[in-house]
This record gives sequence, structure tokens and C-alpha cells, in this order.
Amino acid sequence: MLRLFPHANYKFIESRRIAYIVTAIVLGISLAAAIFHQVRKGSWLNYGVDFAGGTLVQVRFNHPVSADDLRGLIEPQLPGTEITHFGQENEYLMRAPRFSHGARNTADHIVEVLRTKYGATEMSVVRTEAVGPKVGSELQRKAAVAVVLSLLATLVYLAIRFEWRFGLAAVIATAHDTFITLGLISIFQMEVSLTTVAAILTILGYSLHDTIIIFDRIRENLKKHGRKVDLITIMDRAINETLPRTILTVGTVLATLLALALLGGTAISGFATIMLIGVAIGTYSSIFVASPVLYEIEKRWGAKPGTRSARTTASRVAL
Amino acid sequence: MFGTLKGRIIVILTVIALATGFLIKNGLKLGLDLQGGMYLALEVEDPNNTLTGQAKTDATDQALQVIRNRIDQFGVSEPLVQEVGNDRIVVQLPGIRDEERAKSIIERTAFLEFRHVLDTRELVSAMARIDRAIVAAGGAAGTGADTAAADTTAKVAGKSPMDLLFKQQTDSAKAAGDTTGDTLDASLPASGDRHRPLGGLLLESGSPGEFLVDETDVKKVNQYLAMPEVQRLLPRDVQLFWAAKPIGRGTELYRTLFVLDRTAFMKGSALEDAQAGRDPQFGETIVSFQLNRRGGRTFEKETGKHIGDRIAIILDNFVQSAPTVQSQIGASGQIQMGQSPIEEARDLALVLRAGALPAPIKIIEQRSVGASLGEDSIHRGKIAGIVGVLLVVLIMIGIYRLSGVLAVAALGVYIILMLGMIAGFDVTLTAPGIAGFILSIGMAVDANVLIFERTREELLAGKSVRVAVDDGFHHAMSAIIDSNLTTVITGLILFEAGTGPVRGFAVTLVIGVLASFFSAVFVTRTFMLLYLQRRSGLRQLSI
Repeated sequence: MLRLFPHANYKFIESRRIAYIVTAIVLGISLAAAIFHQVRKGSWLNYGVDFAGGTLVQVRFNHPVSADDLRGLIEPQLPGTEITHFGQENEYLMRAPRFSHGARNTADHIVEVLRTKYGATEMSVVRTEAVGPKVGSELQRKAAVAVVLSLLATLVYLAIRFEWRFGLAAVIATAHDTFITLGLISIFQMEVSLTTVAAILTILGYSLHDTIIIFDRIRENLKKHGRKVDLITIMDRAINETLPRTILTVGTVLATLLALALLGGTAISGFATIMLIGVAIGTYSSIFVASPVLYEIEKRWGAKPGTRSARTTASRVAL
Repeated sequence: MFGTLKGRIIVILTVIALATGFLIKNGLKLGLDLQGGMYLALEVEDPNNTLTGQAKTDATDQALQVIRNRIDQFGVSEPLVQEVGNDRIVVQLPGIRDEERAKSIIERTAFLEFRHVLDTRELVSAMARIDRAIVAAGGAAGTGADTAAADTTAKVAGKSPMDLLFKQQTDSAKAAGDTTGDTLDASLPASGDRHRPLGGLLLESGSPGEFLVDETDVKKVNQYLAMPEVQRLLPRDVQLFWAAKPIGRGTELYRTLFVLDRTAFMKGSALEDAQAGRDPQFGETIVSFQLNRRGGRTFEKETGKHIGDRIAIILDNFVQSAPTVQSQIGASGQIQMGQSPIEEARDLALVLRAGALPAPIKIIEQRSVGASLGEDSIHRGKIAGIVGVLLVVLIMIGIYRLSGVLAVAALGVYIILMLGMIAGFDVTLTAPGIAGFILSIGMAVDANVLIFERTREELLAGKSVRVAVDDGFHHAMSAIIDSNLTTVITGLILFEAGTGPVRGFAVTLVIGVLASFFSAVFVTRTFMLLYLQRRSGLRQLSI
């Protein structure tokens, strides 16, 4: 039997103050980065075409073309267009801040300018994404609603399945994950697209999943030991008992994410990179945020002695 | 049925058979981002917010029908044209090659009308007064015209002559290689003299009912015509229309300005059929059309009354052609298109057959992916998937030995089940969907990990193999159910609030949880029971 952490007995809750300091520092850095970018650039997140609106055209040329050539061609017509090398050789990404150009689509305009210069057979349009300002703000609103709704729905679910104290602690930890992930996205100014939102929501799901598994064990240990053992010991034991599972599952998830990030191609690797960071944060928060927060909540507003056993509706189905 | 081992095996085999069946029968439906294609979101144009909600909804419904007709006739395999909300149309064209052509077919209003060409005399006699008015407006003419330009450019083309003229203006300005922001110097026209600012630009063409304007002067003429002072002085029954294309005379390019009746005597709704072709006599590209019975009668009556006169055929506010009526014409006619390529005529015939849009529409979102990028995404997704699965297999067997092998076998069932469900539920597989699928493989074994860890604890607590396995499955269940259900909740919300590729991802997430629950819990347990039954009295479990 190859056991990871066979006799783990780390004092996670007992030494929670260290966790608080680390969390506070990371939160502080995230907040500082957000404020810095908000002030400097007018937006703390680097919104991509999906949310900011605008036009993105990816073009592949059959012969060598430099970014400066393209800049000289596009810039005078469409000021503010960013041109970057992307993907394969002689492949470029052009990002214009606007969706339309006079009565025309900016995307059509860019393609026409390039075709006139290089010839239709010498180039191919790999990808176009053009989002009008109205759609952009709509998508932005929808994404925010999705994040808030999923947090609320989970709170309700956990309140029913466990009790409100557990639900609250889990949601605080999940909100923490969302904020730190967004903070990192802000620090590195990663582009925020629809896929990023999907990644963030998946991180929330994963982190919650992880938290619930620890909480489930806390619930079980509370039931088993009741008031005989103090809460810190019960919680630390639960975290230590689930530690092998935590490490192993993180291992398999990280393995698939690494495969995606390194081999998945440009479309997928951005998603996988954010997920990699998020899974690390989510795992940290289950142990170092969710559990201590649950402890603080239980300490202040815990149930009266005797009734303090988390509602146990653990189902007896074993398929 | 779940009780006996035989029953369990039958369930598993049935599920595998069903999944394989769906996979073979339906195949995997690839999203636009994987197979290449174009996605468009369209809205009825309403720049001044003049349409009521109901009017907008009605216009959208009608536009949807028209666009559907057009796409059907255009011939794209498995197109999708649907209404989203009350006022948005989404068009998906998988594997489309010529995106610009498809877009022009969808976007074109295709509003066809027939008007009589009037005599220029009335306008010519009014011209002296018009010119004086422009001069009188003097220096203010420049600014006045500019304000008018700012007012009108935003408006929908096709309601008033001003609108149409200004739409034309942007086109011709482009044709002339002009950049925007060129202000009009009314006091010093480049051609024509100082006292005849407008009249001097309108040249006799030799044909009745039209003027020629130097292509470079089109913009100026438009600005003059847009001035309120000029609008007031134009003859009341007259409306001016530009020709769709310039004509060359010598080295110069000219644009024809037609003097037409203010009302159309017939509209495109009277059309029954339209076909592209080539005029055998002149080699000209044409679209011949047939009118319905009522339209035929109107046409017959009008042409009968106007033999020797000209009739203008106007498409989207530009005169396509203005033939002279030789004799009474019945239910058919043709639109001459000069030396245009036959494809252009085919597209025109197509949109005429499918009918006009009730109002102009505009594209508000456009996404397209080339086929090569899609292939690349699939290829890379496959490689990442294979490597990801191999890593998970290594970890599971490395840690849990024989039990790990059982879990890996269950993971095989999971993958078949997932593919079967994706095919069976007709889920569109997108690039984020593939990522979600591969990620779900890493998460699918979590239930196994939970169960095995629990079983190990029970074994360490001194329980016998059989009891430890049973308890391991039992005790891990509440954590598995709670954690998976929250994932389902997140997935459902993502599906509700998400759009396009994100939805595909959400669906993959949710069915991934369902499939992993079945495979990691039911299938693994069955394999475990099977193994324990074969080796009854087992003292040590390879876990």
C-alpha cells in the first residue's frame, strides 16, 4: 500500500494565524494590482474582444511578412490596432478597438486592405471575432450574473445539505478563490474572454468540491466525537485524513491540465493555464481558508452543546 | 437488479452498448470553432429608436423568414438560422468558404421598386433658383451641409432622398479615394462656376431624365442636395436617385443622377421568380424576373401608357437600369447588370426570389474560424487528451496497483459513456468543450480516490477486505454526492448564463459528472465485487 502522508498530523487549524497572514498578503497584492491597473489603464482587467467589443482578425500569409509591414498598412487606416505575431510563422493577430468603421465592418475592412496589398491567394483568414459594443456589455453582464448566481446557488445547497455555517464558510472560501484568480489575471494582464469566465467558474466548482470533501469529513467526525474532543482537533484530524485524497486528486487534475496547457494548442492553453493557477488556489483555500473560517464561525455562532452536530443526511446509498 | 453481480454486469454492458450505438449512429457534432464556419448575430437596424417593441419583433420575425429562405437557396449544409430573444437573429454557417458573399446575401435589404423616369425640364427650370439659394446660404453652405451630413449619415438608407444620397456619398467618397473629414468649400466649387454651384456640376447626358456627374463631384452634389434650402426648391413630384455603378466616358468616370417619380408604381413584392442569365445579343449579365398576376397587370398597364418613356428599376435605392419601354410588357422583365460577373447576378436573383427584408439589418457580432484552425484544434485536443489519460492511468496504477487497474478500466467505461452521451444528447463539441472533457477525466477519478482512500482507512482500522471495501464505498458516498451536485449546479448556471462555446463546455461538465458518478462508483464497485468473488477469502487487497 503506497500511502501518501500516511501518518499526517499537521496542525492546520491550530496554526491558522500563519494562513491568515499569507491569505492577507496575497489578497493585498491582488487588490493593489487591481487598483494599479484601474488607475493606470482605466480598467483593472484586460478585457478581450468578447467583453470590450471590437475586432480581432488572425491572418496567415504564404510568404514572410513582418509585423512592421502590417502596422504601416493598417495603422493609418485604423488607429489603435494592435498587431502581434501569433501561432505559426507568418501568422498575425490584429486587434482593433472598434467593431465598425464608418458603415462597414472593421473585420471586412482589414481583410480588404490586406488583400489589396498582398493578393487573395497569398493569405488566408484563420479566425475572425468581431463583437459590437452592445453585445460586449451584454456578455459582461451575463458573466458577472453567472458568477454571482453560482455562488448563491451553492450557498443555498450547502445550507440545506450541511448547515448555514458550513455553507457560509465554503462560499467565503470560494469568493476568495474568485478574487485571487481575478487578481492574478489582473497582475499579468491576461486577456479576459468568454473562455476565461468558463475557467473561473470551473475553478469555483473545483474549489467547492474540494472544500465539501473536507467539510464532509468534519461533519462525520463531529458526529462521531461530538463534544468530547475539541473542535480544533476534530477539524485538523479531518483535514489530515483527507490529505492523501486531496494530493492525489490534485495530481490527476494537474496532470490533465498540464497536458492541455502544453499540448492543447493556442485556443485551449489559455484556459488550461488559468485553471492550473485556479486549482492550486482552490486546494489552498479548502485547507487554509474554508476550514479556518468555518472554525471562526463555529467558535462565535456555533450551535449549543449537545445539538452541535452538523445535520447528517449522508445518504446510505452505495451504488 | 443492482443487487446481483450478474445484474450489475448486464447494466454495464447495456450502457456501453447504448453509448457505442449512439456514437456510431449520431457521430460527434463539431462546433463552428472545430469544423470551421461563420457565426453571425443580426439585429434590425433602428438607429433612432423609432420602432416600438412590437414593430421590432415583427420585423425580426419577417427578417428571420427571409434570411432562412435565402440561406436555403444559397445551399449550405446544416445551416442554423434562429431567433434569440425577441429581436436578434443568429445565423450559423458551418464550413462556409466565401464568407463575404454569404454575408452580402444575408445583409442585403433587396428592396426592389419600379418608378417612372421624369423629364428634367422642371428641375432645370428650378435650377437657377436653387443655385441662387446655395449662393445666398453662402459661407454657411459649408457648415450647413456638414451638419446635414452628420444628421443623415446615421439614418437608415431608403426613407428619404437625403438618406439615400448620403449613403451614396460615403461609397463614392471611397471610390474617389477621398479620406473622410473633407469639408466642403461652397464658395469655390472645383468645377462649374461660382454662380452655378450645383447646376454647374450636373451635365447633360444626352438621354432623357438623367444628368451625369463627375465621379469626384458626387460628394459635393450630395451635400448641396441635402441642404434644406435646396430641398425646399426641388420640384414636388421629383425624387433623385443615383445609378448603382459609374460609367466611363473617355478617361473620366461619371455617375448618372436620375430624375424619378416620387412614388414607385410597383414593388419587389410583386415578384414571383428571378433567374440570372446572359443576354445573348449583347453578352450582358442580366437577371430576368417574372411577376405575379397582379404585378403583371400593373406592369402591363403602366408600360402601355408609357411607350417611349423610361422606367427605372431601383434596388436598395440605387438605379440598376432604366430601359426605354419599346412596347407594352406583360408579366416579365429583366435587370441589366452590364459586365458584372454572373455570380453577382445569381446572388441578386437569389435575394429577389427570397424576398426583401422588412427593414435593413446590421451585423452586431461576427465570429468565423477557418477549417485549418479547427482541424488543428481537434488534432491538438486529441494529443493532449491521450497524454492526459496516460498520466492519469500511470498515477492511478502507480498508487493503487490492482485497484488502480480496476479504476482505469472504469475510466475506459467513462470515456465511452461520455462520447456516447455527447453524441446521444446532440451536444455540439467545441474547443472549450474538449478541454472540459479532458479535464473531467482528471476529475472523474476523484470518486475512486475517495473510495480507495476510505477503504484503506477501513483496512488499517483492522476490518476484513470485504467489509473494508463495502464501508469504503458507503462512507465515501456523501462526500461524492455533495461535491458532484455542486458541480452540476455550477454547470447548469454556466449553461443558462453562457453563450456559444461556453454552453458547450457547461454541458460537457454536467454530463461528465453524471458519467463519472456511474463509472467511478457503480462500475468500479462491480469490478471490485467481481474480483473479490473470484478470490473469496482474500486476506490482502492490492490497493
